[in-house]
Amino acid sequence: MAELYHRILKWLDERFGAGAVEDFLRHKTVPLHRYTIWYYFGGMTLFLFVIQVLTGILLLLYYRPTANDAFESVQYIVTQVRFGWLIRSVHSWSANLMVFTAFVHMFSVYFLKAYRKPRELTWISGMLLLFIVLGFGFSGYLLPWNTLAFFATKVGTDMAGFVPIVGKWILVFLRGGPEVTGATLTRFFGFHVAVLPGLATLLLAMHLLLVQQLGMSVPPSVERSIAEGRAQPRSMPFFPNFLLRDIIGWYVALGTLGALAAIFPWELGTKADAFAPAPAGIHPEWYFLFMFQTLKYLPAKIGFIDSELLGLMAFGLAGLVWLVVPFLDYKAGFGRVTRFFTGLGVFALGYMVVMSALALR
Amino acid sequence: MDPADRGQPEGAQPSRRWISLLLGSGVLASIASFLYPAIRYIIPPPLAESSSRSVVAAKVGDLKNNSGVVFKFGSEPGILVRLADGQYRAFTAVCTHLSCTVQYRADLREIWCPCHNGLYDLAGRNVSGPPPRPLQAYEVHIQGEDIVVSRSA
Amino acid sequence: MRKTIPSLVVLLVAIASPLAAAPKNSCLTCHAELEGPQGEPAKKFPSDVHNQAGLGCADCHGGDPQDDSMTAMSPAKGFRGAPKKTAIPEFCGKCHSDSNYMRRFNPGLRTDQLSQYWTSVHGKRLRQGDAKVAACVDCHSVHDILAVTDTRAPVYPTNVATTCARCHADAAYMKGYNLPTNQPAQYAKSVHAHALAQGDTSAPTCSTCHGNHGAAPPGVSSVENVCGTCHVINQQLFEKSPHQAAFAKMGLPACVQCHSNHEIVPPTDAWVGVGSNATCIQCHAAGDKGYAAAQRIAGDLAKLETFYQRAEDVLNTAERSGMEVSTPRVELVSAHGDLIKARVEVHSFNPGEVQKFTDEGTDISQKAYQAGVVALRERDTRRKGLGVSLIFIVLAIGGLYLKIRQMESTPANRH
Repeated sequence: MAELYHRILKWLDERFGAGAVEDFLRHKTVPLHRYTIWYYFGGMTLFLFVIQVLTGILLLLYYRPTANDAFESVQYIVTQVRFGWLIRSVHSWSANLMVFTAFVHMFSVYFLKAYRKPRELTWISGMLLLFIVLGFGFSGYLLPWNTLAFFATKVGTDMAGFVPIVGKWILVFLRGGPEVTGATLTRFFGFHVAVLPGLATLLLAMHLLLVQQLGMSVPPSVERSIAEGRAQPRSMPFFPNFLLRDIIGWYVALGTLGALAAIFPWELGTKADAFAPAPAGIHPEWYFLFMFQTLKYLPAKIGFIDSELLGLMAFGLAGLVWLVVPFLDYKAGFGRVTRFFTGLGVFALGYMVVMSALALR
Repeated sequence: MDPADRGQPEGAQPSRRWISLLLGSGVLASIASFLYPAIRYIIPPPLAESSSRSVVAAKVGDLKNNSGVVFKFGSEPGILVRLADGQYRAFTAVCTHLSCTVQYRADLREIWCPCHNGLYDLAGRNVSGPPPRPLQAYEVHIQGEDIVVSRSA
Repeated sequence: MRKTIPSLVVLLVAIASPLAAAPKNSCLTCHAELEGPQGEPAKKFPSDVHNQAGLGCADCHGGDPQDDSMTAMSPAKGFRGAPKKTAIPEFCGKCHSDSNYMRRFNPGLRTDQLSQYWTSVHGKRLRQGDAKVAACVDCHSVHDILAVTDTRAPVYPTNVATTCARCHADAAYMKGYNLPTNQPAQYAKSVHAHALAQGDTSAPTCSTCHGNHGAAPPGVSSVENVCGTCHVINQQLFEKSPHQAAFAKMGLPACVQCHSNHEIVPPTDAWVGVGSNATCIQCHAAGDKGYAAAQRIAGDLAKLETFYQRAEDVLNTAERSGMEVSTPRVELVSAHGDLIKARVEVHSFNPGEVQKFTDEGTDISQKAYQAGVVALRERDTRRKGLGVSLIFIVLAIGGLYLKIRQMESTPANRH
């Protein structure tokens, strides 16, 4: 067995230098300190993304992206296809877990200042990936073509219409026409299974390459205590020590997904009907709730401006600030922790949690 | 790490084998339990139509001229009528009045709802009694031995 | 010479007239110039169904449409002028009662309207000289009369109630007739008005029950026949029931006794039984046979309703959990049919007959419920499958944990 393994390795090494990979794995280490736990969330998000790709491909075998067939085909998947209910529920639950772990990863990186020089590009590629994940969520929500998703998409794309000058154009681009119709479904399907996966793969490759190139970031506080001689720099080999721990985490995620899928199967609801009155309690997926709730609290008009436009501009601006935060907080690059940015992070996290909680109330 | 482990390098040998066995069987069995549903999923189910838009309502020869039969269409009943001249017609069997199941009356040559004596003609039009609307018509096609009824898109 | 010029004109006109698009009609030429009521008929007439049939003013009013002067309207030329109110029916009936004449225009049109009219309350009062009652033109309008098939016509099914209500809802106008004026408002709340508004033009309006030309309230004894023209099964059951004779003896108006006359709202199961909303307790009291029957019928209906609802709830839950339950669902449809049939059977007022349907429906509901329970149990076995997979996962995690511990116990691998 070991003999065969070595022969295969040798064969590969002679062709493309697999030894370099082995070398790389042997030398890659993960710093050990009291914040090491947060390093796991990136890998967890990646693992859930892989689950999404696999279950997504399986769903593609039976799903049909037209207004006439979409709902029926999902119904067929969950009622007729063996284990279809499981695949669909895992896809839905895993999507939500992935958004959650992506947010955890993002905030942990933010608070540990891991975005500081030289990792600005890692941060930006990660933020773009987060936006893509949200795009996956938004486009995927519509695909079962049920009433709730239909109206949530209507409201969600309406928002785009408030953008000045190009708003109408964006709205038509997203919907494939002035209204949410079968054309919207076809488009969202295209975004969900072709455009976004393509972009995500590119960005993911870049993100991972940068992480490997630069290694794991050590938080400034840990760095300082090492520099001051209060602590010893400790680390653990990535392979196999860290990876095995990663795998334990993935197994836990798999078990959780299976349990959620079996105990709380994702409901299908009723087929979307454009002419039916909007049902009570239209809401987007939970990760959009904080924006949804904010817009609800705003009065119809603030001064001369539509509050939707104002809210949208505020969120757009906040997103932009968040995206370029490594450049604003450049002092972190010299190991100086600025209170302001930590406070900003606490505020952002608190705002999202409180607003989402209010929406769910 | 554990002083107990460090203290007995000889005893590590069997325990190492046990750990490998546990790990190997656990990983293999769990992967099998993930692959099993996926493979079962890939094999198409017996009902190979993913839409509830058409159904085999009857076989050719099942119906005499001037007769009708109620069939299951998704989770609703439908009615297939063979006219006196041999033509087939199909409609929803859900009466537009209070959703009773309608039936074919050979003596009247009409579709009849037993609940309130509603009558529909053989084009599905409500001609007498309380029904407020015509019955929704379906398309009928003959495919080999099957009489296939489908909802028009 | 003076006489020859007009006669030349007449001659020219006579030669030219076959070439002209429409026959000469001097009535319209002059009356179109007039203001007020005398000009109105000329302005309205082009849209009139009689105009479209090729008839002109003179066909009703007489006179000579070829004559351009006032002499066109001389009795010598057969001019009859506008009829008095009391003369209107005969005025229209001159043609409309003449089968031979009407056949030329519309062979399918009935010609008995006039004779029917004289049997109506309107007709009888008109004969007595009451000019306030409705005659032909009050409902059909005049000079802009539209065919009954025209959706704009005041006598088109969806417009009838409004047309009748013009007088019958007007308390001031109806003063002295000792009639209520709330029937149009009551009718508007009825299931019939609702069906009509939904586009079912065969749904009954005022004239369906009261007659149109022979409009009169149906007598107490004929109510069940009137309702029975559509509600056939209900009528048949009622006529075989003990209520038929009892109601007749007491002078109660059959269907109307429970369902009301104009405000016929959708009935509910609460109408049957001995509850506070029940109609049965109007006559029946605790201890009599009818009271017991009402109690039994209401109980059976409620039982079926409960069982049906329970089955439907279970099937809904199963469906939402991704279980395939379309077969029991289709079967449950016939339980719903039984509920409807049982409600119709109530009109036999025979608990045994009603129970036949409720028992059948309850049975079917029970089976569908069982099928739903089985489907839910199937859902639970999925959880067992999950349990097995979870055991494997725990094994793998345990193995991994021990592997890490073992690996990191050797100094070479220590970090």
